[in-house]
Amino acid sequence: MAAERIVLQCQRNYDILVGVYAVKKGRKLIRDITLGQYYPGNSTIHRLDARVKIASTLVFVVALFIVRDFIGFAVCAAALSIVVALSRVPLSFILRGLKPIFVIIMLTFVLNLFMTGGEPVFRWGLLTVTREGAVRAVFLVIRLVLLIIGSSVLTLTTKPISLTDGMEYLLKPLKLFRVPTHELAMMMSIALRFIPTLLEETDKIMKAQMARGADFESGNIFRRAKSLIPILVPLFINAFRIAQELAMAMEARCYRGGGLRTRLHAMKIKKPDVLAIVCVAVFTCIITGEAFFL
Amino acid sequence: MSIQVSGLSHIYSKGLPYQSVALDSVSFEVAGGEFFGIIGHTGSGKSTLVQHLNGLLKPDSGSIVIDGVDITKGKVPMHGIRRKVGLVFQYPEHQLFEESVYKDVAFGPLNLGLSADEAERCVREAIALVGLDFEEVSQRSPFELSGGQKRRIAIAGVLSMKPEILILDEPTAGLDPKTHNDVLLMIRRIHETTGNITILVSHNMSDIANCCEKILVLKKGGVLMQGAPAEVFVRKDELAASGLDVPPVMDFMQKLSAGGLDVKTDIFSVDDAVDEIVRALNDGKKETIANMNICVRNHPC
Repeated sequence: MAAERIVLQCQRNYDILVGVYAVKKGRKLIRDITLGQYYPGNSTIHRLDARVKIASTLVFVVALFIVRDFIGFAVCAAALSIVVALSRVPLSFILRGLKPIFVIIMLTFVLNLFMTGGEPVFRWGLLTVTREGAVRAVFLVIRLVLLIIGSSVLTLTTKPISLTDGMEYLLKPLKLFRVPTHELAMMMSIALRFIPTLLEETDKIMKAQMARGADFESGNIFRRAKSLIPILVPLFINAFRIAQELAMAMEARCYRGGGLRTRLHAMKIKKPDVLAIVCVAVFTCIITGEAFFL
Repeated sequence: MSIQVSGLSHIYSKGLPYQSVALDSVSFEVAGGEFFGIIGHTGSGKSTLVQHLNGLLKPDSGSIVIDGVDITKGKVPMHGIRRKVGLVFQYPEHQLFEESVYKDVAFGPLNLGLSADEAERCVREAIALVGLDFEEVSQRSPFELSGGQKRRIAIAGVLSMKPEILILDEPTAGLDPKTHNDVLLMIRRIHETTGNITILVSHNMSDIANCCEKILVLKKGGVLMQGAPAEVFVRKDELAASGLDVPPVMDFMQKLSAGGLDVKTDIFSVDDAVDEIVRALNDGKKETIANMNICVRNHPC
């Protein structure tokens, strides 16, 4: 029992850590990425089984690509809004995840706006906007935005550990082809587990070098690239040290990977999960019906 | 040179659900040439506090006046402050990165824009201050040194910038007892040689009691008490309530005193304790002195 409590506690601390470091003032280069962040909460969506959430997200992504008109998108957006509302994650937090890919969205918009042939509606020098171009640009931007929001809802409401557990389960069929699914999932868990640790480490090293007068913000690109050496060298050394310690600790507890391992938290499909599956099924029917038969 | 901190507050992740108050209106003063100690339980805000003192963190409110200049005001050049206030982080050896000890220690002075000659002079002085031999270590890789030597070199990396205020965050953490004592002695020697303000952050009560003239005790981001070691450690129960001990020697003396032996209790080093007990026993039975002596010297501290 004691051991279980410790593990639970560790897991809880770790979830908090992931959350805190993701948004902690930290440094600007890592601050704005929402993808892969967990927003602590206990909503209906948070409590759903990770497998159900991953599968639903996949369905949603596929739906976004088979949709052929704006009515389809309206259905997707409505479904997504319901999920977001249920998850109780603040909208501002979700929209923050769009910031890093804002440039890509704008590029998609501009390229499609000007590069699509068809009936011209507006001309400005060499640039021509066509009706088809305008429609297509808006269409693709909506698709991208829904795609990003949809996938960040998954990571915002699912603890990284549950996420990798869920993936391991869903990848099980690949074992037939001798894909080491457990090992892959383990690697992912460890990678996720060490993101906050390495962020913290980076923050500490940066501050230590700043205390020694290092300057990371001024100068041209070469100077700035060079100024990263005092961060990267210690960071790599520490990362290797941590990796070695972790490997030893796992070895010391006779970790053997895959096979006969059982779980502390077995994943169970409960009533809300069944309900969610039904909802997704209904959503799938509406989308396919709308896309292929209307 | 002096430091006045007043009403300093810092909140992490302000406005977000995980918002946490790291410092809550902390005020204290450090006079010129003082050896100042900061103690507190893990998470009491010690490290956050010292990172404010050289401008690495900006407070949400409050002011820090160093040598008459408020460094929390927007327009103060950070270079000047970082030169004046040297901060040695916890496990400073984790920040070593150069291929030779010389280059690593010279990193700071060169960042400050000193010429190669001046930098070399600074490096020589810094390496001498931390008690290593320049000729022997300067061309070696910092990664092939022993743990204690690495720590010394990392501290030299800050000393080479000739800070007028030296702050050390847990400088003896994770060292073996002998190296621990060596590094502590080295810090005291540096303080005596340079005569600068030295601020020692630690949760080792013995270290703090033996080195510092004044102590600041933090609890959950606020100031619990401050004053001379004797004044602070007298309040044993309050300290215990916030997860802190009194130094082992003082604890021992307090127990002796409670047991009926008439000794002073504001004593922190083993040698002073022995003298005091001998003095107290001199009035009483002389034959017990020898036994007492052995007993005290074997006490783990």
